[in-house]
Amino acid sequence: MAIPEQTVLQLQGISKSFNDKRIVFPLDLDIRHGEFITLLGPSGCGKTTLLRLIGGFERPDSGTILLAGRDITRLPPNQRPVNTVFQSYALFPHMSVFDNVAYGLRAERRPRAEVQSRVREVLDMVQLGELAGRRPDQLSGGQQQRVAIARAVIKKPRLLLLDEPLSALDYKLRKQMQIELKRIQRELGITFVFVTHDQEEALSMSDRVVVMRAGHVEQIGTPRDVYENPCNLFVAGFVGEINVFDAEVTEVLGDGRLVGQIEGRRITLPARNGGFAVGDALHVLLRPEDLRLLPPERAEGFSGEVVERNYKGMTLESVIRLESGHQLLASEFFDESDPDFDYRLGERIRVTWVPNWEVLLPRETAQPV
Amino acid sequence: MRWLKHGYLGLVYLLLYLPIAVLVVFSFNASRNPYRWQGLSLEWYARLWDNDALIQAALNSLLLATSAATLSTLIGTLTAIALHRYRFRGKRILNGMLFVVMMSPDIVLAISLLALFILIGVQLGYVSLLLAHITFCLPFVVITVYARLSGFNPQMLEAARDLGATDFRAVVTVLLPIIFPAVLAGWLLGFTLSLDDVVVSMFVTGPTFEILPLRIYSMVRLGIKPEVNALATVLLILSLVALIGSQYLLTRKRGKKHENSEEHPVGHLPAER
Amino acid sequence: MKLRNPFRTAVVALIWAWMLLFVFLPNLLVIVASFLVRDDVQFVRLEASLQSYARLLDPVYAGVFLDSLGMALTTTLVCLLIGYPFAYAVSRLPARVKPLLIFLVILPFWTNSLVRTYAMKLLLATNGLTNQALLGLGVVDAPLRMLYTEGAVIAGLVYVLLPFMILPLYAVFEQLRADLLEVSSDLGAERWRTFRYVVLPLTMPGVLAGCLLVLIPAVGMFYVADVLGGAKHLLIGNVIKNQFLDARDWPFGAAASIVLTLAMALLLYAYYLSARMVRRRSADDALA
Repeated sequence: MAIPEQTVLQLQGISKSFNDKRIVFPLDLDIRHGEFITLLGPSGCGKTTLLRLIGGFERPDSGTILLAGRDITRLPPNQRPVNTVFQSYALFPHMSVFDNVAYGLRAERRPRAEVQSRVREVLDMVQLGELAGRRPDQLSGGQQQRVAIARAVIKKPRLLLLDEPLSALDYKLRKQMQIELKRIQRELGITFVFVTHDQEEALSMSDRVVVMRAGHVEQIGTPRDVYENPCNLFVAGFVGEINVFDAEVTEVLGDGRLVGQIEGRRITLPARNGGFAVGDALHVLLRPEDLRLLPPERAEGFSGEVVERNYKGMTLESVIRLESGHQLLASEFFDESDPDFDYRLGERIRVTWVPNWEVLLPRETAQPV
Repeated sequence: MRWLKHGYLGLVYLLLYLPIAVLVVFSFNASRNPYRWQGLSLEWYARLWDNDALIQAALNSLLLATSAATLSTLIGTLTAIALHRYRFRGKRILNGMLFVVMMSPDIVLAISLLALFILIGVQLGYVSLLLAHITFCLPFVVITVYARLSGFNPQMLEAARDLGATDFRAVVTVLLPIIFPAVLAGWLLGFTLSLDDVVVSMFVTGPTFEILPLRIYSMVRLGIKPEVNALATVLLILSLVALIGSQYLLTRKRGKKHENSEEHPVGHLPAER
Repeated sequence: MKLRNPFRTAVVALIWAWMLLFVFLPNLLVIVASFLVRDDVQFVRLEASLQSYARLLDPVYAGVFLDSLGMALTTTLVCLLIGYPFAYAVSRLPARVKPLLIFLVILPFWTNSLVRTYAMKLLLATNGLTNQALLGLGVVDAPLRMLYTEGAVIAGLVYVLLPFMILPLYAVFEQLRADLLEVSSDLGAERWRTFRYVVLPLTMPGVLAGCLLVLIPAVGMFYVADVLGGAKHLLIGNVIKNQFLDARDWPFGAAASIVLTLAMALLLYAYYLSARMVRRRSADDALA
C-alpha cells in the first residue's frame, strides 16, 4: 500500500497492557508531516502511554510503528529520530542550561564549534540567551519549560512529543506558552504530538485532535469537527459543555428534515444523512452558546426558570430549569445594546436555540463519562 | 543482562554470608576441629548453655545496644527537629561537632572518651559504655531523621497551630508520627552500630559489665572455641526472628497497597519487568 | 520558626551539653595529653614536651602509618568496586523486595564484627575451607598461605566494612529519578554516555560518603589486624591501642591519634576542594 506523502508516523494495531490491565486497545493512527496533533482525554485514557510507545520508552504488546515508512517498533529511544518534552521537564539538575541543551548534540558527537553556535541559536529562539550559565533550580517554571523544549528541538527530530508540558504553569503563563509553542512549531516545521486533558488547550492549539477514552480512540478530527460534530456523547461532553435532549422521531418530512418530540413539544430538526426513521430514539445536542434566552412573554421554545447565574467576565452563564426538571446551561455574550443585562434568580424565561445548529446522535444507553 | 545483574547480586550475598554460614555449620560439628566435619552434634550449644560468662556477656551487649539505641534515638530525634525548625546561635558549630563524631575513626573517639572518663572519675562499666555508645550513635540518628524532615511539609505544623495546638503538642501529634519511619530506621541503625562495635567498647569497658567483644577477643586470638560459633548462630537466629516478626507486623499494618495508575508514574528507578 | 519556648531551649541546651561534654572536652584532653609526658602512676605528668611527636618521626612508625593508609585505601577501592554495582542492581529491583535485601545486608552486623572477623579466619586458614576447596578442585597443589598476610587484613576489612559502602550508595540510587535516565536516552545517548554524564555525577555524593565511611574506620580497626594479620601487618589503630592499653604511654598514643586525625582532616579537605572544582568547571563550560 502506498504511503501518502504527507504521513510521517503510522501506528498499526498498537496495543499495550500493564499487569494484565489493558491500557491501550489495538488502534491505528496516522500522523501527518508538519501537523500539530493533540491526544486529548481524561486521566487513565492511555494518551500518555501512547506517547511513550511512540517515544520508545515502552514496547507495544502488538502492532507496528512506522516512521516515514521505516519500522521503528523495536528501536530504543536513543535511536529514534523522535524527542520528548517530559511533564516533569526532567532537566539535568547537575548541569547548566547550556549543558542541558547541548546534551543531545554531544551525544551525536558534534564538533565543539557547531554545538556552541546551535545551542546559542536555540536559546535565543526561546528567549533564554542570558540564562545559559544558570542551573535548573535557579529558573522559574516557565523558564525550565523552555529549556526542556530547547533541549528537545535542537536535535531537529522528525516528531516532537510533549507530555502535558503546560500543566504545571499558571493560567497566564499557560496562555503565553501556548502561543510560544505554536510559533516554535510553525517556525521549525516539526510535527508536534501533544498530550493534554485540557480541552480548551487542545482546541486552541491543534490542527487535529484525537479524543481518547479508556484505551480507545473515540474521534479524530479538526478542533472544529470535534466540537461541532462530535460522534458520541462522550466526545460531545468532553470537549465542551453540552446540553442533551432526549427525543423521538415522529415524522420524516419530504426534504429530509425530521420532526421529533422534545419535552412534549413538536420540534423540527435538520436533516441528517444518518438516516433516522420514524420511531428512532435520538439525542439532540446543543452547546450553551447555541441557546437563546427570551422574555417569558414570547411563545417560542421551552418555558423555564433561572436557577443559577455566573458572571464570567466575557459571558454570562445561566442554568435554566425547565418545567420537566431538565436543566440547561446557557452562555451569552455581553453586548453594547444592553449593558445592564443580567438575570435574577427565579426569573421566568423562555429557552430556544438557533435552528440548524443541533447535533443529532442515536440514543446511547451508557452514560458518558 | 538481567541474569548478569541477579547473578552479581547473588554472588555478593554469597560472599557476605559465606563466613557466617561456616560459623553456623561448624557450630553443629561434633569435633572441635573447625576444618573437618565429623558429624552432627549439639555439644557446643550445651557448652554454651553452661558458659555463664559468655551468655552473660551476650545479654549485656544486647542490653547495652537496646538502651544506647533508645536513648540516642530520643536525643537524636529531638536534635534533628531542633536543627531543622529552629534558628539558634552556634548551629554550625553543632553540626560541625556531629560531623566530627561521625567522621572520627573509632579509635580516636575511644581514647578521647577514655581520657574523659578517667578525668571525671566515671567508673568504667555500664555507664561509661552507655555514654560512649550514645555519643557515636547520635550523628547517624540525626542524619537519618533530618533527611526525612527535609521532605516534610511545614504547613502541616502551621495547620496544627492554627487549630490551637501548642508547639510541643504539634510536634508530638503531627510531626513525630509522620517521621516515625525515619526514627525507627535511626533506632535500628543505632542498635546495629552498638552491637557491632568493638573498638570503642574495648576502651571504655570495665570489669563490672562484661560485653561480648572483650569476652570473645582473647578466645579468638589464641584458639578456636566452637562455643563462639554456637553463640553466633543463636544471635543470628534471634535476628532473623526479629526480622520476620517485624515484616509480619509491617504488612499487617500497611494493608493493601494501591496499584499504580495507568498514567506512568514519574518516580524513581523503575522495576524491570 | 524563631520562637522562644521552653521546648526549644531544653532540647538545644541538652544537645549542646552533650556535645561539649562528650565531644569537645574529650578531644581537647587528647590534644593536651599529646604534649605531656608519660607517668607510671597517673597516666600523664603535667610537663610539656614534644617528645611524643618526635618519636612518631621514627621510620618504624612512619612506615606503619603509610602501610595503614595503603591498606585502608585498597579496602575502600575494593568496597567501591563491589558495592557500586551492587547498590545499582538492588535499586532496580521491585519495591517490595528492596527493604528485605537491604536488611540482609545489615543483618550480619548483628553478630558482632569480631565474630565475623573470626569467621574470616576460619575460611582463610591453611587447613581452612577455602584451601580445602581449592585443593579438592585441583586448582592448587599446596595450600595457599592466606592468613597473616596483608591481603588477609584487607579481606577482613572489606568484609566488615562493605555494608557501610553499600548503604549510602543505595540511598543515592533510590533518589535517582527515572525520567532523567529516560530523557538521556531520548536525546540519543547510549548507555555508557548516560552512565558517565548522568548516573555517575548524580551518585557521586553517595560514592564520597561511602568512601569516607569505609576509609576512616579502616585505619583504626586494630582487631582485624590482630586476628588476621598477626603481629606483622599493623594498622595505626594497633599502635594507638598498644600505647593506651598495653604500654600505658598515653602521650604517645595521643600524639599518634592526633596525627591520624590530621591526616583524615586533610583527606576531607581535599574532597571538599575537589567538589568545588567540579562545580566550577561545569559552569565554565556553559559560559564559554
